[in-house]
Amino acid sequence: MRTIRHDAVIIGGGPAGLAAAAELDRLGVHDVLVIEREKQPGGILRQCIHEGFGLARYGEALSGPEYAQRLIDELTSRGMKVMTDTTVLSLSQDRALTVVSREGIARIEAGAVILAMGCRERTRGALAIPGERPAGVYTAGVAQAYMNLYNRMIGRRAVILGSGDIGMIMARRLTLEGAQVEGVYEIMDTPSGLPRNISQCLDDYGIPLNLSHTITEIHGGARVTGVTVSAVDAQLKPVPGTQRYIPCDTVILSVGLIPENELSLEAGIALDPRTRGALVDEHLQTGCPGVFAAGNVLHVHDLADDASLEAEAAARSAAAYLRGELPCCGVSVVCGAGVRYALPQRVSGGQDVPLALRVSRAMGPCSIVLRQAGREIGRKRVIRALPAEMIHVTLKADQIGGCEEIEVSAE
Amino acid sequence: MCVRLYDVIIIGGGVVGSAIARELARYRLSIAVMEKNPDIVCETSGRNSGVVHGGFAYDPGTLKAKLCVEGNQGMDALAKELGFRFLRCGKVLVGRTQEEYESLQRTMAQGAVNGATGLSLIGRDELRRICPEAVGEFAMYSSTSGVLDPFGYTVAIAENAAANGVRYHLCHQVTGLSRRDGLWHVQTTKGAYAARYVVNAAGLGCGVISDMLGITGYRVIGSKGDYIILDKHTGPLLPMPIYPVPSNTYMGIHVTNTTDGNVIVGPNAEMTEDFAYYGVPQRNIDYLAESASQIWPHIHKQDYIRNYSGILPKWVDENGVIQDFKIEMKPEIAPNAVNLVGIESPGLTAAVPIGRMVARMLRECEAFEENEAFNPVRRPIVRFAELTDEERADLIARNPDYGEIVCRCEQVTRAEILQAIHNPLGVQTVSGVKLRTRAMMGRCQGGYCQMRIAQMMEEELGLPPQALISSREGAYLFEGEMRKGGGCA
Repeated sequence: MRTIRHDAVIIGGGPAGLAAAAELDRLGVHDVLVIEREKQPGGILRQCIHEGFGLARYGEALSGPEYAQRLIDELTSRGMKVMTDTTVLSLSQDRALTVVSREGIARIEAGAVILAMGCRERTRGALAIPGERPAGVYTAGVAQAYMNLYNRMIGRRAVILGSGDIGMIMARRLTLEGAQVEGVYEIMDTPSGLPRNISQCLDDYGIPLNLSHTITEIHGGARVTGVTVSAVDAQLKPVPGTQRYIPCDTVILSVGLIPENELSLEAGIALDPRTRGALVDEHLQTGCPGVFAAGNVLHVHDLADDASLEAEAAARSAAAYLRGELPCCGVSVVCGAGVRYALPQRVSGGQDVPLALRVSRAMGPCSIVLRQAGREIGRKRVIRALPAEMIHVTLKADQIGGCEEIEVSAE
Repeated sequence: MCVRLYDVIIIGGGVVGSAIARELARYRLSIAVMEKNPDIVCETSGRNSGVVHGGFAYDPGTLKAKLCVEGNQGMDALAKELGFRFLRCGKVLVGRTQEEYESLQRTMAQGAVNGATGLSLIGRDELRRICPEAVGEFAMYSSTSGVLDPFGYTVAIAENAAANGVRYHLCHQVTGLSRRDGLWHVQTTKGAYAARYVVNAAGLGCGVISDMLGITGYRVIGSKGDYIILDKHTGPLLPMPIYPVPSNTYMGIHVTNTTDGNVIVGPNAEMTEDFAYYGVPQRNIDYLAESASQIWPHIHKQDYIRNYSGILPKWVDENGVIQDFKIEMKPEIAPNAVNLVGIESPGLTAAVPIGRMVARMLRECEAFEENEAFNPVRRPIVRFAELTDEERADLIARNPDYGEIVCRCEQVTRAEILQAIHNPLGVQTVSGVKLRTRAMMGRCQGGYCQMRIAQMMEEELGLPPQALISSREGAYLFEGEMRKGGGCA
């Protein structure tokens, strides 16, 4: 087996991986390998033909493929390449990877590794939606790939379960292609996608959003013939007597994304059950020294910009690690009342750290409060807090005293 | 009108029909299998627990007991010959009360009469040792029980039959049987055929076909069972199936390890007259999890990857009491026909002995000439995921398609998918590829690979997009192209 060595190896050539690669090069780490399993780099951006990407990074609204192309062009101009059609089979604690491609199997030893594998969609089976198992039940991302990459029309009359962003975008997409979208059904009492998508993808097309509703049965022996939807109570249980049958031939599921951490788990990297991504310190370093994580593999982001900016931060840390200049982080960050998760989970106290967090339920005007040993060390007021919108707060180094854990809460 | 004439037509291409076909292929006969579905594992053969039973659970003297013990004993050799996955992992029936202990003693004694070997009653400590996560005070351990991959097993038998000359007619539902001029005339939804002998191996359709043969009066009811499949993370917690103490008629909800490292939970048992409805209701999903958690405490919703259900055809008497397998010839009513009724569990374990029995019955009618060319060995699709890195490197050097991972969860390569698309039976469904390779069976359920597999099928088989189906006729995936000649994948 061939063994190759690189200073830095990035697993995944989506927005996070590509941005991390360019940043490493900018910082003087030139021996960088980006590994991508698909034929082209770009990741999920390739199928996101709607616009709205890049407002933070480029100051303009780009489509997904345009956004990916900017990142690819930057790598090209730096003389960097992405190794495509290559799948990572394993990763070890000492940063050795086994990869496979049509050329064979190779072993790669990396000075530093950045995990940028992205996420996968929650499926029907994971939700255990009752009923038959006909054809015509697609996750939103699969539907998007079929329509936007493979030129396949997937159905004529659709019901959408879940108000995730891709589901709403596909509601619009299907409508534009002449399909009838019967409605979006969301089990929670608040939408899980961004307000701008509710407005631009549902409201503008007259597609109803039904909160506190779910599909309680899928019908059809061969292809979907319809669904039964029901209202749910505060415990999310279907309310008897509220069932309604909706004829349709297609069901689109937009019910959540799960960071794709199978490789991380095999490498023995500890995950946070809240994010389902790695536990990281302020350098986005995982529990495995020299292995960093960024983008949707770390936690699911709202915007590609956030994922790619986070990946640049991971790249800076990886460069510092390669120079042997990464301080250790001994202060834990934990979630208090009203907070679903907060990242990173460990900080050093030596520098200001941007915290990313999500609240566990929708709140009106409130404060994100940081406390250490009962002492308030930071506060950010927000006019509203939605689980669908990531919140960023800066943790000031000069406020941190000692190594007691820091609690983040929403009040 | 010219109809295709065979020596033997077998109605039903499931595990039993295919095992019969393979046993008959040892003789110089022209044999056809009529299968109503687009693939051979669409019904009972593919919708079960995949357990190879020990043979202790059936009344002594029954065909179920005899053929199950025989099937169990031959399974290692068969798995080797046909290249399917079988683990003789043993299984435990766990109990807590004195009553259950006595029931297990009776089951042990019954097993001994049936010729089931490897049975022992074990205490708590021994149970902890062999199956640490099982919950129970004691157990009956059956060391000869095991699990197999029901899809791979059925496909292996059928492909070996086909390799030895058996002709599979898919999507051929038998609609009528009549006897004229010493021949059986078999009407199907895809045309008429004739045969000197017919065999009813129609599984859930056994009652209908039996009536067509003129052998009327069998009451066949369905016992529908639902299952939950768990993520492979749970596999290491279950080295062998765990069952509760069985009642007289029903094995109980159990947890079963699969040959691929998943865990399946189920089945419940509901009587049904609808043999085509495979829906799983919410209350059953909840009930399965709750019930099985009492014998194995690792069932969590976050590990669910899919659910499914299967229906067993049970022959019952007028009081609804479940009967033995019926494997019969009634020359006075239906000459030259073998009629199989109520082949339910343990039909998966017993399939090959059933096949041998049917072949023996036909040979008593006529001395068939041996087929010297018969080759019992079948080579399965080599699975990348099961190889060492050295073996993988060798294989890729010879066939670079083995270097292209298509299904990431189960590590299935392009080479394997191509072999499955061009399978010997000519199955052209997406689920046909799935069952033959495990692509799309992992935790993302095809979220990553199904688009590429659909595209490969269209290209390889020359199918227009709207002709692609998942598993049944009418289960289309696409309306067609969105734009003529577009797409960039």
